[in-house]
Amino acid sequence: MSSQLDLRNTARVGLLAGVITLGVSAVGMLESFDKRDLIIGLLTLGQLLLFSAPFAAGFLVTRGEDKVDTGEAVVGGAVAGALTAVPLIALILLTLAAPNIRNSLVNVSPELISLLSLGASEIVGSLLLLVGMAVLGVAGAMFHVLPDAIRKPLISGLGWMLGFAILSEVSLNILRPILGRGLMRALFGTKGITPLLAAIIFVVAIGLTIWWSKGGQQRYEDRKAAMSEEQRKQSRRISIGVGIVSLLILPIILGTYLTEVVDNVGLFILMGLGLNIVVGFAGLLDLGYVAFFAIGAYVMGILTSQGDLGIAGMSFWLALPIAVGAAVLAGVTLGIPVLRMRGDYLAIVTLGFGEIIRVLATSDLLKPYIGGAQGILQIGKPTIFGFEMVKPIHFYYLILAGVGLAVFVASRLRDARLGRQWMALREDEDVAEAMGIHLVSTKLLAFGIGAAFSGLAGAIFSARLSSIFPHSFNLLISINVLSLIIVGGIGSLPGVVVGALVLVGLPELLREFAEYRMLLYGALLIAMMIARPEGLWPSPITKREFHAAEEEEALGGVQ
Amino acid sequence: MALLEATNVTKRFGGLTAVNDFTFTVEKGAIDSIIGPNGAGKTTFFNCITGFYQFEEGDIVFNGNSVSGRSTDQITRMGISRTYQNIRLFSQMTTIENILVGMEPQLHTSWIGALFRLPSTVKEESDALDEARRLLEFVGLKGKGDEISRNLSYGDQRRLEIARAMAAKPKLLLLDEPTAGMNPRETAETTEFIRRLRDELGITILLIEHDMRVVMGISEHITVLDYGAKIAEGGPSAIQNNPKVIEAYLGRGAAASATIELEN
Ligand SMILES: Nc1ncnc2c1ncn2[C@@H]1O[C@H](COP(=O)(O)OP(=O)(O)OP(=O)(O)O)[C@@H](O)[C@H]1O
Ligand SMILES: [Mg+2]
Repeated sequence: MSSQLDLRNTARVGLLAGVITLGVSAVGMLESFDKRDLIIGLLTLGQLLLFSAPFAAGFLVTRGEDKVDTGEAVVGGAVAGALTAVPLIALILLTLAAPNIRNSLVNVSPELISLLSLGASEIVGSLLLLVGMAVLGVAGAMFHVLPDAIRKPLISGLGWMLGFAILSEVSLNILRPILGRGLMRALFGTKGITPLLAAIIFVVAIGLTIWWSKGGQQRYEDRKAAMSEEQRKQSRRISIGVGIVSLLILPIILGTYLTEVVDNVGLFILMGLGLNIVVGFAGLLDLGYVAFFAIGAYVMGILTSQGDLGIAGMSFWLALPIAVGAAVLAGVTLGIPVLRMRGDYLAIVTLGFGEIIRVLATSDLLKPYIGGAQGILQIGKPTIFGFEMVKPIHFYYLILAGVGLAVFVASRLRDARLGRQWMALREDEDVAEAMGIHLVSTKLLAFGIGAAFSGLAGAIFSARLSSIFPHSFNLLISINVLSLIIVGGIGSLPGVVVGALVLVGLPELLREFAEYRMLLYGALLIAMMIARPEGLWPSPITKREFHAAEEEEALGGVQ
Repeated sequence: MALLEATNVTKRFGGLTAVNDFTFTVEKGAIDSIIGPNGAGKTTFFNCITGFYQFEEGDIVFNGNSVSGRSTDQITRMGISRTYQNIRLFSQMTTIENILVGMEPQLHTSWIGALFRLPSTVKEESDALDEARRLLEFVGLKGKGDEISRNLSYGDQRRLEIARAMAAKPKLLLLDEPTAGMNPRETAETTEFIRRLRDELGITILLIEHDMRVVMGISEHITVLDYGAKIAEGGPSAIQNNPKVIEAYLGRGAAASATIELEN
């Protein structure tokens, strides 16, 4: 039989899922996630994490086969699910055998064990866990057996419900001013959503998916196909307009707290766009990118501060070009000595540069000028026509303008001669030079423009917080920015936005994750490299031979 | 006056003399070949001409100017373009982008112009694109312009490399084993194509080639290298019958002798 169940693989997947869950429990993640409700009284984030393991194991066991028969799926899923439980049961029993285990494994608390044994006693709980996980494994495996007509609505129902529950804080913040207090209480808890709201979302998502597959999609596509060239342009323009308007009213909808999160994401987008030019376009691996962010921030600080360290008391707008200029100068200055370096060497030297800047900022040497560990205080706020920008929403528009400018510059340059030179440089430096490309200017432009965006982000950062401290400019920033580029899709502009939303935005919304941020970064990066090395939103190939006319029209539009 | 004139060029790698006191000329409008057994120093000589290597002794003069001490991009701008023995395309870029990069010496607009879409920049870019499309057609790659070059067939990649080299509008084109790895039909097409380059575009061509059918079929003048030194030169028939050449090839065992068919 060709489709005989592969027991070895089943066992491996099941045990692997179990061991990963064990690891997640041992670092304390499971327990701390358990404090976060998703659906009040029914499901916590910890339980979701725990239960998704056998489900995923069952799902993976039957994946990739053309035709899965039901019996096979049930057996495979049950085995994989049950095996997922095995390492966890071992942990439960270990606590029985060795009650002092907590001395060496601090996170193995009674709460964790009670979570794992589903609230029952150790022995009964272990059995429950085994059976429960086997059932979930079967459920995961059955996904491949179900006909599309059931599977798709189910996926979308569960997906929307869980997604909504995980991000409940977002909807809570948005809806609070609109809905009455009673209604809010019926739908939301302090953390998570009520079963009522969960059910509503589940049903609505299923209903919409069924409607879409039963003719909605067909009608939509027919209508689109029937549009004339003129109408198509029109609808394109309308969607761009809608996009811009939504960006403009976004902070009003989001409220103060979420706008602050978005501001943060925006600054990372700005830095990401800059580093994307250096690493993504030109292929120059720069690990000290935070240095330019720091320089932008400090120059802005010194020039506008009303405190002791302020030297000029300049306005934000006057200081801004100077801060950006200083970052560019630093970018080019760093660029010159590393012109002949490649790959690893370049990475190490830039890494060192980033550290030098941070150490200088902390040092006693420069303390009289930039404040050492005490940083710079009372940094000036930007004003427009006498109106002082203080709230997150004000900075939102400032950052939006910065990001818009950066996207504009990056996309224009990417599609131009310089973009090609960068790409050629990235592919093969020797041949690029032999083609007549001037390496020095091409590299320095990448470093300089990349540093400009980072300096701009730093300057805005500084004004937004009113005070800056050296510890804000550590290596982690460089790594965050690099990671978000890789996750989004290296060299891709929308990828930068997606990457920043996922790596900077999500952890801020899910505060439970904050503690495990680095762990999740690592896991996410590994998973990405295996499953989707091109990133979440890779850059498309520019069509030049055939779609030249269309492309030109597209480029004329808003970017 | 000769277009390319090398006098007493010597290139050493540590104790190994890869090119040894080599004197050599290429006349304008010629199709000439350099042949020789593996490791004879042919590619190394190309690298000396194009600035990839700095040679220790002698001089190479192109079109009246010495190439020594110049960087590869300057030499390309002087009018020498090349292809590589082990294809070196920009593999993640599309076919047409590769050609556009090859056009670098013709392009002059700056990034500021691109930022503001100045009319001069827009015009130069659209002219370049037209020219690239024309070249694409000339080398027989029409319709494949938007493909990632890594995905092209081997023969197409070689062709694209030639197109990229031609995009710089060179006076002298150096081809390092342009038919290596091609099947007989592709080889015949490429041979014909190289002749057209010279006949229709007037580009002087110097090639390194192991396939004797190609060499004897199109070269006007052949130079034979062995252990970095010139052992013979002359027209195809003179080379075929030169005992030193036969020895250089046949004296090296069966592997070398299999690739050469002198009586062809
Ligand atoms: N960068 C280098 N460093 C050291 N030795 C080198 C280098 N490049 C080439 N050589 C040596 O110089 C000699 C000539 O090499 P070259 O590549 O020029 O030969 P070739 O005539 O092109 O041979 P083939 O027909 O195999 O391409 C060889 O012995 C080679 O090992
Ligand atoms: Mg060679």
